[in-house]
Order: sequence, then C-alpha cells, then structure tokens
Amino acid sequence: MRFETAHQHTWRKIKSASACTIAFVSAVLVMSPLALVFCYLLIKGAGSVNLDFFTKLPTPVGVPGGGMANAIVGSLILLALAGAVGIPVGVLGGVYLAEYGSARLSSGLRFLADVLNGVPSITWGIVVYGLIVLRFKGFSAYAGGFALALIMIPLILRTTEEVILLVPNGYREASLALGVSRWKTIVHIVLKTASKGIITGILLALARVGGETAPLLFTAFGNRFWNHSLSQPIAALPIQIFTYAISPYEDWHRQAWAGALVLVSGVFCVNILVRILTRGRGGSVG
Amino acid sequence: MTAITIGEPGAIQSAQARMAPPSRFGDRAFEWLTLAMALSVVVLIVLTGWQLWSGSMLAIKKFGFHFVTNSTWDPVGEEFGALPFIYGTLVSSFLGLLIAVPLGIATAAFLTELAPLWIRQPLVSLIEMLAAIPSVILGLWGIFVMIPWLRDYPVPVLKRFLGWTPFFSGPMYGPCMLAGGIIIAIMILPIITSVSREILRSVPDLQREAAYALGATRWEATRIAVLSYAKKGLFAAVILGLARALGETMAVTMVIGNTPQIVLSLFQPGYTLASVLANEFTEATTDMYLQALFAIGLVLFGITIVVNLLAQLLLRTITTQSGTRAVQ
Repeated sequence: MRFETAHQHTWRKIKSASACTIAFVSAVLVMSPLALVFCYLLIKGAGSVNLDFFTKLPTPVGVPGGGMANAIVGSLILLALAGAVGIPVGVLGGVYLAEYGSARLSSGLRFLADVLNGVPSITWGIVVYGLIVLRFKGFSAYAGGFALALIMIPLILRTTEEVILLVPNGYREASLALGVSRWKTIVHIVLKTASKGIITGILLALARVGGETAPLLFTAFGNRFWNHSLSQPIAALPIQIFTYAISPYEDWHRQAWAGALVLVSGVFCVNILVRILTRGRGGSVG
Repeated sequence: MTAITIGEPGAIQSAQARMAPPSRFGDRAFEWLTLAMALSVVVLIVLTGWQLWSGSMLAIKKFGFHFVTNSTWDPVGEEFGALPFIYGTLVSSFLGLLIAVPLGIATAAFLTELAPLWIRQPLVSLIEMLAAIPSVILGLWGIFVMIPWLRDYPVPVLKRFLGWTPFFSGPMYGPCMLAGGIIIAIMILPIITSVSREILRSVPDLQREAAYALGATRWEATRIAVLSYAKKGLFAAVILGLARALGETMAVTMVIGNTPQIVLSLFQPGYTLASVLANEFTEATTDMYLQALFAIGLVLFGITIVVNLLAQLLLRTITTQSGTRAVQ
C-alpha cells in the first residue's frame, strides 16, 4: 500500500481550486446576460421613455415622437381576458388535483400539465387561430386573450396544487368536525390559507404571459390604433416591440427599446412583488 | 331481572328526523366543477393534436411522409418540405445545449456545493429574473447588441483557428445559426440551472460526508459523490432544456436569419420550425400554404411532446427513487 506523497496532495488541491474557479466563472457567465440586457435596455431605452410614450399612439414612419399607449392598454386588456379564463380554470383544476383526485388520476393529470407547460407557446397561437380566428373570420382581442389563457392554465394549476398540498390536514379536519361541508371547507379554509401562494402563482403566470409574443402574432395580430371592440385586432406591447425591432427604421428601433424597457420593468416589478410576498416563507415558489 | 334499555330505537330515529338531512348537492357540484377544470389539461392536449391534424389534412394527404424529408420550401410553386426547418431546429438546439449544459450544471454545482452560503439565495433569485426576461426582448438585444459584437470579436478568432472546418467557413454577415444557438443557450440556461440545482440538492448529505471522510477535496467530493450520484437527474434536466430549446420562438426568429437552407456553416442563416410559423403564418395566401404551416406546427408539437414526456418520465423515476420532490 502506498500513501499519497505531498506532491500529489498539492496537485489534488490545485485541481480542486481550479474546478471551483471554473464553477464560479460559469455562474458569472450565466448571470451576465441578465446584467447586459438590463444595462442596454437602460442605455438605449431610457431616453425614449417619456410622457408621450405612455399617452400617444404610434406615429407613421418618418414622423418623430409618438408612443405605445395603445399597446400598453392592449396588453392589459389581453391579460384581463386571459386571467378571466385562465385563473378560474387553473385554480379550480389545482383544487381537484390536491383535494379530490385519486392518487393515480391526480398524478396522471399533473404529468399532462407538466408536459403542457413545455409545449412551445406558438402552438397555442396556431390552435386558437384554427379554433377562433378562422371560425369567426378575423383576428380579435378575444382570440389573443384565449391563447394566453391556454398558457396560463397548466401553470396556475400546478402552482395552486402545490400550495394547497402545503395546507396542514388539521385545518381541514377541524373544519369538517364542526360540520362544515367539504366544499365550504375547501373554499373558506383551504383556499384562504393557501391564498398567498395561489396569488403568487397567478402573478407569476401573468408576468410570464404578459411577455409572450408568439401566441399573439396570429390571434391578437396587433393594431396601430386604439381598439374599439374586443372582436377587432388589438395591439400588444410584445408584438409592437417585435414589429419595431425587425423594421429598418432608426426611430422605430428607439421605440422598440423603450417598449422593451417598459415591458421588462413591468415583469420585474411583478417578480419582485412576488418575492416580497413569499419572503416570510423562506424559499421561493415557482 | 329488569331489562335495561339504553335507549329506544324509535327515539333515535325521531331525533334524526328532526334534523334536516345533510345536503350533499354542494359537495357533489363542487367536485364535478373542479374535475371539469382539471380535465382541461386533457382537453387541451387532445384539442391541440386534433386541430393541428385536421388543419394540415390536405398537406398530409398530398405530401405524406415526404413532407419531412423534402428540403424544398417553395410557397409560390406550392412545394413544401420541412427538412430545412427540422435541420435548423435540431442544429440550433444542439448548439444551445452544447453551450448551456456545461455552464448550467457547473453553475448548479457552484450554487449547491461550492458557493458561500450567503451568496446562494441572491444568485438563485437572479437566475429566476433571467428566466423572466421575455423572449422578444432577448431577441431585440440579440439583433442590436449581440450580433454586432459577435461579428467584431469572437467570429474573427473562430475563423482564424477553426476556419478550416466546414462549421466555421465563409463570412458572417449578421443573423446566423451561431447567433440562434447562443440565444437559445441563454433562454434555456435558467431551466437547466434550476432543475439541476434541485437535483443536486436532493442528493443525500451522507454521500458528501462519506467522500469527505475518505479525504476527498471539495471538487472530488462534488464529482464523485454528488455529480455522478445525480447523473440521471442531470440528464433529465438536459432533456427538459432540449424541449425548451426546440420550441423557442421569438428570440430565435429575430437572430437566426430565416433562410430555409441546409448548410454546415454556423455563420450562415438558418430557419427553425417555430420561426417559420412566426414569420409566415399570417402571410399564407393559399390554402395549401396554410395547411403546410399547420403541418409544421404538428411536427413541432409532436417533437416537443415526445421530448417533454421523456423528460417528465425521467424526473418522475428519480423523484420516486429518492423520495424527494423535484420541481418540474
């Protein structure tokens, strides 16, 4: 049997130290796009974010100024429509998985929801195009909102289920022992206890679909003017950024950066809000 | 002998009769309602498959299996083959994985094994922030910042040392496969890192203690006791990353160049399944064109469903083995 020489020992230590360094450098590289994207958004976008940006319609090519007021409002309308469908379906579905479903059925549905979460968002655009746009002969805010809702459903379903499972069983038993029926127990005790986590999940889902472009391209379609009816095409911030970014005009590029800065700020604000909401629990949801 | 009666049966019955029978209607209705909502995930998958299938019926009938092996995409001549898009999707995703997997796993190891404790949570939060950046914004940054930078700095170096290989031949004008691969890497890094981190965290401490007790250095303990123990889980994380990479749409569309061609050089533009949908769907003027695009959607849906199924199955076998819950 041979023992390790001092030389070998030093070599192993060097190897360990260099591996740690490589891991550290990797971590820095992974974080760097975040910093780079954010810096460039501030450098290139901050100059064009002004009052006009929030209050005016886009101007035609060559006319300076203008803003994205219609796109900002459009995005909010689309989120409201998506939420109106996605939130109840997602939350109630999550309730079933956590409270009622047999182990087998729940695990199967959970599995499908996870698979759905990995389906590319553009797929929902095509599906809604076939289901709504072709059928009703036109792009509309309804179609856009519905496409976003389809993305939200499996997201909210999974987060709702996870937080409901965290509610201690004693709460349910106490309520049932008082003669409260099961569904009232779920609505008044379980959902109320888990409400913070459920809201967190909803906010994260809204932040996620708020930045989605692909499913809106051929459902909401985009609009250079105000939307006067939900059955008409509607503008959305991500679509507007996309159209402007791939256009050949300097002016539009500036507007795209400004729009991107506003969109990222919105998404990050929601994320930070969620972080504050969940801080007490130590650990993160999602 | 006196008969002791504890209570007459009739008395109990009359007491019950005085109380209203508990109504189970609310319970049943609520259960059915939530069940209907939960089944929406099944409906969604079936609906999507059916919609894509029926939408591409004509194209499937006309081209058959030839659709995925034909490399001509000619909307004017009504000849449609998906091969350039399948090639572009696979190459850009592979490139993305090539960059993102080592970085992601190294970062996960750093976050669970090597980093000082106080820095771990802030770094995890930053990775979640990176995941929250909308795709279109990353694309915007890719067009105006990353591509010019790539052209000025790394590409000349790559050309000098690797220019003799077919992968780095020819000039780079702007949007290209390489840019697409890098953007994909950035997009999938958060998921690979966070899933790998959960997997590494679920490795029992006993493993580490055993390695340290044998005199292992920090890196040796990480490599032998943690990384190789978690091999299967890390593989699942990679597959999950692949699933995301295949379906990545907006950012890739903005930087990959959108030219349906099959060339080895990474400096040449390419096209992916998702980006052809994003670009051409609203321009489809003829029925057959639209049908062909639906068929592209079907191919994309099929591939991502299979890859996702695989990833979820892998994750599931791991979580049942170690008895801990890994996030999806």
